[in-house]
Amino acid sequence: MQRRQFLSLGATVPLICHLGQGLATPLQSSSPRFLLVFLRGAYDCNSLLVPTHSDFYYQARPSIAIARPGSADGALALTPQWGLHPALQSSLLPLYEQGQACFVPFAGSNDLSRSHFETQDSIELGQPQEGGKSFQSGFLNRLTRVLQADSQSRTSLSPMAFTAQLPLCLRGSAQVANMALASVRKTAMDEQRSQIIASMYQGSSLEVPVREGFAVQRAVQRSMQEEMDQAGRNAISAKGFSLVAQRMAHLMREQFDLGFVDIGGWDTHVNQGAASGNLANRLSDLSQGLATFAESMGAEAWRHTVVAVISEFGRTFRENGNKGTDHGHGTAYWFLGGGLSAQAGGKVLGEQIEVTEKALFQNRDYPVLNEYRSLLGGLFARMYGLNAAQLQQIFPASQPGRLQLV
Amino acid sequence: MRLLHFSPTKILLCLAAVALTACAPLSPSSGRASPEVLQVLSSNSLPDRTSALQSQQWLDRVTWGATDHDAAQLQQQGLKRWLAAQLSPSTAPMPAEMQQHIDALSISQKPMAQIQREIADQRLAIRNSQDPEEAAKLRSELQRQLNQLGAEAQKRQIWRALYSPHQLQEQMTWFWMNHFNVSTRKGDVRMWVGDYEEQAIRPHALGKFRELLAASMRHPAMLLYLDNASNAAGRINENYARELLELHTMGVGSGYTQADVQAMAHVLTGVGFSTREADAPPPKLRPERQGDYVRHGFFEFNPNRHDYTPQVLLGRPLEKTGLAQVNEAIDRIVASPVTAKFIARKLSVYFLGDNPAPAVIDHAALAFERSHGDIAVTLATLLSDPQAQQFGQRFKDPVHYVLSATRLAYDQRVASDVSPVQNWLNQLGQPLYGHETPDGYPLAQSDWSSSGQMNARFDVARQIGSRGALLFRSGPQQPLEKPPYPELGKRSSVQARVPALGAATRTALSQTRNPADWNSFFLSAPEMMYR
Repeated sequence: MQRRQFLSLGATVPLICHLGQGLATPLQSSSPRFLLVFLRGAYDCNSLLVPTHSDFYYQARPSIAIARPGSADGALALTPQWGLHPALQSSLLPLYEQGQACFVPFAGSNDLSRSHFETQDSIELGQPQEGGKSFQSGFLNRLTRVLQADSQSRTSLSPMAFTAQLPLCLRGSAQVANMALASVRKTAMDEQRSQIIASMYQGSSLEVPVREGFAVQRAVQRSMQEEMDQAGRNAISAKGFSLVAQRMAHLMREQFDLGFVDIGGWDTHVNQGAASGNLANRLSDLSQGLATFAESMGAEAWRHTVVAVISEFGRTFRENGNKGTDHGHGTAYWFLGGGLSAQAGGKVLGEQIEVTEKALFQNRDYPVLNEYRSLLGGLFARMYGLNAAQLQQIFPASQPGRLQLV
Repeated sequence: MRLLHFSPTKILLCLAAVALTACAPLSPSSGRASPEVLQVLSSNSLPDRTSALQSQQWLDRVTWGATDHDAAQLQQQGLKRWLAAQLSPSTAPMPAEMQQHIDALSISQKPMAQIQREIADQRLAIRNSQDPEEAAKLRSELQRQLNQLGAEAQKRQIWRALYSPHQLQEQMTWFWMNHFNVSTRKGDVRMWVGDYEEQAIRPHALGKFRELLAASMRHPAMLLYLDNASNAAGRINENYARELLELHTMGVGSGYTQADVQAMAHVLTGVGFSTREADAPPPKLRPERQGDYVRHGFFEFNPNRHDYTPQVLLGRPLEKTGLAQVNEAIDRIVASPVTAKFIARKLSVYFLGDNPAPAVIDHAALAFERSHGDIAVTLATLLSDPQAQQFGQRFKDPVHYVLSATRLAYDQRVASDVSPVQNWLNQLGQPLYGHETPDGYPLAQSDWSSSGQMNARFDVARQIGSRGALLFRSGPQQPLEKPPYPELGKRSSVQARVPALGAATRTALSQTRNPADWNSFFLSAPEMMYR
C-alpha cells in the first residue's frame, strides 16, 4: 500500500520532483543500499570488541576493562581472541551469530592529528594524506557522482543524510537530500506557497537545495504517516535512536539507497564505565537501533544492504586518570547486512596482531592496519561493480582492499 | 514571591548588586573608543555618509540585524562615529522594559554562589533521602531547575541580542561563546553557563584576547566541559589542553605537536575550581608550595594537584612554575603569529563570508599581533579594510537569520516572551549553548544551506511572518493580538531594500494576497539569507 500511495503522489507532483531520480522512482528491493553510521567523538573500540586474549588489556585498564567471557558481566565470546560487550547480547550478538555482522579491528585513518574535527573531516573527504587537501567533495558524494555518470551501472544512487546538517562526506556537486528524523514537524508551507518560494530561487546557487528540500519534506511526511498507521495498530513505538533507525529504514526501503547518519557523545574522557555505565548505555542504544533498522528494512531489502559503522579514531589503550580514555589512533569498524559474504559474516577479520604492550602504536594506541579508504573502496567495488578508474575518482591514490565483505 | 524568603540583609545585598551592575558604567561616559581604534577608523577610507541601502548593509554586518531605530542612529551619527561607539565595550543601561524582563530571571536575582549552593543542597537531600518516591520527585525537581537555569541564560542572551544598543558587543559575545564553546548537554554546564557568559565572556568580548582566554580557562563551565577540573598530576586528562591549542588559539596543523599537547596538559594540572566558601582555608600544603595556592572566586590553583615536572612547550622550556607557568604558557601561545592568523581568519569569515580576501585576513592578523590581541583594534581594522567593503556574501547561520528577521519585524518593541525565538533556533538546529562538541557551530554557507535546512528555514519565516505576535503574549494560553503578524512592508528598513531585490523576488512578492504571505515570502527571499 505504501508503494502505491507513493506512486500516486509521485504522479501528481512530477514537476517539483524533477531532481534526484530517487524521488521519482521507487527503489527495487534488490538494488544495493549502503548506510554509513559515523560515531562522532571516537568511541572506545576496546569496550565493544574486547581483546579478551590480552593479559595486557586487563593490566592497562584496572577499572574499565570488560571481564573475560565466563566471568560475571563478562564479554560475549566471539572468537578465542575477541569478545563483544555484554550489553549487546540481544541486539548485535544475534546478527553476528546469523552471519549478518562482522568486525574489523585495527581500522581507521592514517591522520595523526588526534583531533576529532580534523580527523572526521579528513575521513569524510577521503583524500590521500599526502599532498594538498581538496575540500570540494566528500567520498560519498563522489560515489554518487560516479554511479550517476555511469550509464552501464544498474544503480543510480539517490543519497540522503538523516542529519540536520549535510555531512562533509556527502557535500559536493551531486545533489543530496537531508533531514534529521528524531523530531519531524508538520510543515507550515502548503504546496502553492512552496512553489512561489522556489520560484524566487530560480537560477540562484540555492535553487536545487530549495526545491529538493520541499520534495524531501513530503517524502518524510509520508514515512511518518506509515508510522502513525502502525502506531494505530498498537505496535510498540520506538524511541531514541531506534525511532530514527525505523524512519531511516522506511526511507531507504522505498526511496534512498545511500544513507548517512551520525551519533555523538562517544568522547569518554571521564568515567566511561565498563559492563554498565555511560558507554555501555550508548553502545546498547546504538545496537538496538541497528537491529531495528535491519528488521524494518524487511528481509529482501536487508539482503542487499550494507551498514558500515565507523568512527574518527580509537582511544588510548590504557585508561587515563579519570576512569576514561583519551584520544587514540586505530579503532574497530563494524559491517552489518543481510548479504555479507560467508568469509565475513560472523567473523572478526582484516589484518590483525596480538594485543600486547609492544604492539601499541606510539606506546599508547592501536595501530591502523586496515586503512578506511582501502576498506570502503574494496566494499564499494564489490557492491556496485566499480572498475579501477571509478574507484580512483572516489578514493584517489588508494588500493581497494581484498576483504570480501559481500 | 521568592524574595519573601530572603532575610532583609540579603535583599539589600541583592539590590545593591543589581544597582552596581546597572549603574557603574554610567560614569565616565560609556562608548568611548580607544585611541588605537579611532586611529584605525580615521586612517581607512570609510565613507562618513551612507545611503539608506548602505546603512542597511552596515547594520546587517555589525549588528544582529538592521532596524529602523538603529538605521536612524547610524544616519544621525555618521558611519565612523557610530562604528567607534559600537567598538567600545560598554555596559550602559539597556532599554528599561527589556531590563525588567532580565531582572525578573532567577539568574539575575541570585548570585552564582547561592545558585550553586542551592543545587548542591538539593543533591545532598537526594542522597540522604530514604524514600525512593521522594528521591525521584527531588531528582526531577533538580533537573527542572537545572534546565531552567540554562533556559534563562538563553533568554537573557536573546533579549540583549534583540534590543541592546551595544549590538556589536552582543554579536561578539555570541561569537566568543561559540569560539570558547561549552554545551549545556554536558553535566552541570547548564547551571554555570549564564555566569560563564556574564563573567568570563561578555566583559572581554571587545577587550583583550589574552584576558578573554584566561577568563574562559578559569571558569567552572569550561573547566567542567573540557575536563580540566579532573586534570591532575598522575591523573592526566588531555582534553582541555588539546582544544586550547587546536580550537581556542593556534589551530590544528599550525605547528604544535602531540608532545606540546601533552606538555600543556601537564602545565594545566591543578587548574580547577572550588565551591567551598570564598574565605575557606586552603588545603593542607607542603610549606614550599604554600605561596603557590591561588583562589579567586570559584577559580582555584591547587599545588597539590599540579605536576611540577619541568616542561618544554613549542620548542622552548618553560621557565616558571605553578600558576605562573600556566600564564607563561598562555602568553607564549597567544603571542604566536599563528594564533593571530587563526583568530583573524575566523573573525573575517564570521563577518565577511566564506572566502574573505587573503589580504584582509593578513591585515587583521597584523593588527591583532601588533595590538597584543586587542579585539576592538582587530575588528576596526577588519571592518574598515578597503577590501572588506562588499556586502551580502555572508550566508546567515540560523542565529543571524532568526534574530535579524525578528529585529526587522518588530524593531524596539520588546518581546514579553522570547521562547518563540528559542523554538525557532531549536528548529533550525542552532540552539544557544547547544553545540555538543568544543568546536562550536560551524560558520560556512554549506553548513547551513542544505535542502533540509532551507526547508526548515522557510517554515520559520512563515511563523515569524504570519504569527510573530507569539512574542508578545504574557502566557501560552493568551490569544494572539490582531493582526498576529508584523507590518514588515511599512518598515523603512524594508522599503530601503525593495529596490535592490532581484526580479524573481519582486515577482513572487507581487503574487501575494495578504500581508502574512508578503511577510513570509519576503523573509524567505534569497536576498534575506545573506548579510
